[in-house]
Amino acid sequence: MTPSHDVVLVGGGGAGLRAAIAIAETNPRLNIAVVSKVYPMRSHTVSAEGGAAGAIAPDDSLDEHCYDTISGGDWLCDQDAVEAFVKEAPEELLRLEHWGCPWSREADGRIAVRPFGGMKKMRTWFAADKTGFHMLHTLFQTSLKYASVVRYDEWFVTKLLVDDGRVQGVIAIDLKSGKIEAITARAVILCTGGCGKVFPFTTNAAIKSGDGMALAYRAGAPLKDMEFMQYHPTGLPFTGILITEAARSEGGYLINKDGYRYLQDYNLGTPQPQPVFRSMELGPRDRLSQAFMKELEKGRTIETPYGHVVHLDLRHLGEKKITAKIPFVRELCMKYQNLDPVKDLIPVRPVVHYMMGGIHTDINGATPLPGLYAAGEAACVSINGANRLGSNSLPELLVFGARAGKAAAEYASLGLQINPRIIAQKTDEHRRIEHDLLNKKGKERIATIRDEMQKSMEGSSGIYRTGASLRKGMEEIRRLQERYAGLAIEDHSKTFNTERVSALELSCMLDVAESIVTAATRREESRGAHQRTDFPKRDDQRYLAHSLIYRNADGSARVDYLPVTITRWPPGERIYGEAKPHGGPNKAAGSALSSGAGV
Amino acid sequence: MADRIKLQVARYRPEQESEVTYDEFEVPCPKDWVVLDGLNHVKDRMDGTLAYRWSCRMGICGSCGMMVNGEPKLTCATFLSEYAPGPIRVEPLRNFPVIRDLIVDIGDFMRKLVTVKPWIVRDEERPLSAGEYRQTPQEMDEYKPYSMCINCMLCYSACPIYGLDPKFLGPAAIALAQRYNLDNRDQGSGERMEVLSEHEGIWGCTFVGECTKVCPKHVDPAGSIQRYKLTAALESMKSFFVPRGA
Repeated sequence: MTPSHDVVLVGGGGAGLRAAIAIAETNPRLNIAVVSKVYPMRSHTVSAEGGAAGAIAPDDSLDEHCYDTISGGDWLCDQDAVEAFVKEAPEELLRLEHWGCPWSREADGRIAVRPFGGMKKMRTWFAADKTGFHMLHTLFQTSLKYASVVRYDEWFVTKLLVDDGRVQGVIAIDLKSGKIEAITARAVILCTGGCGKVFPFTTNAAIKSGDGMALAYRAGAPLKDMEFMQYHPTGLPFTGILITEAARSEGGYLINKDGYRYLQDYNLGTPQPQPVFRSMELGPRDRLSQAFMKELEKGRTIETPYGHVVHLDLRHLGEKKITAKIPFVRELCMKYQNLDPVKDLIPVRPVVHYMMGGIHTDINGATPLPGLYAAGEAACVSINGANRLGSNSLPELLVFGARAGKAAAEYASLGLQINPRIIAQKTDEHRRIEHDLLNKKGKERIATIRDEMQKSMEGSSGIYRTGASLRKGMEEIRRLQERYAGLAIEDHSKTFNTERVSALELSCMLDVAESIVTAATRREESRGAHQRTDFPKRDDQRYLAHSLIYRNADGSARVDYLPVTITRWPPGERIYGEAKPHGGPNKAAGSALSSGAGV
Repeated sequence: MADRIKLQVARYRPEQESEVTYDEFEVPCPKDWVVLDGLNHVKDRMDGTLAYRWSCRMGICGSCGMMVNGEPKLTCATFLSEYAPGPIRVEPLRNFPVIRDLIVDIGDFMRKLVTVKPWIVRDEERPLSAGEYRQTPQEMDEYKPYSMCINCMLCYSACPIYGLDPKFLGPAAIALAQRYNLDNRDQGSGERMEVLSEHEGIWGCTFVGECTKVCPKHVDPAGSIQRYKLTAALESMKSFFVPRGA
């Protein structure tokens, strides 16, 4: 008997769980399945540290959050989506408070907010510096009270079932038994997160292999803006562990080998002792990561066994503030770097962190493929444009997880029937992953192809790209795809075959890598996180548009462009480190923050 | 320090063998490698069939708990060099059924977790328009340590009671029940009492305290259990003196 549900969610992180709850509350009669390759509380939302933006301070406004997001995204954001996002973010964060999320508080018990990069007001809600962890566990534990949500923990989805041009379910492997099963559904929501593992040095967890993006792409849904990969400026060398931006919003300095706050040389303002909104260390991530590369060129970084670094200096903050506001930073530094930020400098370098692009959706999470929805990092609603601002991704999970859930619930309630012949697709998929893949007797190790892909991506599609580096990268990825056919699989057993999962993840990553290089090759301009040294200027005439990548029947890629939606903020210059206020009545922009005070 | 170290890794492949065996692998041992890096080296370069769980590699997802030289550890936060010159014995978490190699079945915990209702229970839901519940930092301190549980299962593996009586609710589930009981936004402690006060609830614990010792996040489940025993004892006395409905 084939398991059947009204809505299947793929992925049980922040977006997936928020969507599941939204469906359960929209229509309690709907039968919901959360299918995830890991237990939901292992999902990568758990690693998010710094916070979640939602304008609530008396001196803040929705328009200012819009402007910061849009200018931060170098005008590639769809402004209607941003407006909906900033309006609903505080409501969603408040809802999570009602569900028990331990948001950090002011002395009188109200929600506290902190500054964050690229934001000109204090608007980032936080749970110390384990915000993602607390949000995920709150959502997971809250989801347990809905009897209509059933879970398929540790099931790996390998394919979307499509018939009559409509998505009607998934095929998945139950990892424990190795059984391959069709799970039918009236609607499917992909909430599988990002794809940082396509690169060698990333904050992303091992599970972030872009599975959902590849599933959608193969099923015929387009991927959008895949050339925009965010490098976070402060990762620990070797491990790639993230040191949250909150370390800088609480007052940390970035210094080069001479102890000089080098950001002042890159049009990011003049150094002040206290953090200043939209200035210096609170500039946007793309600009900070690019500044590191310039320092590297100038020979002003510090060489270590794991590459060049600069230093993050938190010593002047003192033990009390570090322990109260960023305890996880201290814990991670002590555990993994054998240093104490209270008295030592932290070595950091830019690290692949977040995919701005993803599965193309509308403002309700719907993809162009009927029955298929997406939310979270896997999706691209286009609120992040060419560069996401720190603390916008956690509220994005909630706002668009909920929207996708509601939209999928309505679609699933239309009463469209599952075509019984769809089950036949299981036979083909069974052959592909049981027979063809498990019996691969080639000589190529999974890890070898993966390592070469990651190295190639860093070379071709890093912080700075050129047409030549991208063309070379494309050739390398194509060769790796060919070599994938000669994979060696040593594990032929069914019970928890993690090697088979790794092989399937690798094929997803190769598809995602190809889409990144393809989109980056085509975009002959520099915007946000996509910097072409051969086209150093932003070109609004040609590229004020989203790239859309479709997969042709023969496996090749086709690229189209979709104009950006502009509502109230015409494209302008991105200005950081200047006292001049923008787009709102705010007079405080550029003024020093009072340290540690509430709102 | 030696530049290589031997891992003795427990293997169990139910389709091929009925007994646990041990494979030995020699892996590099730079000072910043953790046990998990050693296992990844084995899987990537030496034996692709080795099965284990991992994800974040920063001690927060809770996936990679294993026995390391007989102690439950997060392998992403346990350095190879601490065990030099080796060998290091790596085994699946104790007290759980083994599915394969280093992967254990945690379904029992997942089922128990639901029974303690780990969510905010309210007589009446507060509308969003009423804003946030006020909660001072002091009120948050009451439950905050228990909210830090990452469900890594090290405490179940260390708990001698759970080892003998699998019906025992166990340290993490009780700590998470207390996480909500002690939250000033919650009104569900009465509903949770039924499950917690059963013989297999808090009374199963004899305060060995091993759970607290192995917890990588300083949750102190043992403390939460002791505290709840006092609450439960007081409640039962109250119900003795003040009949229900009075």
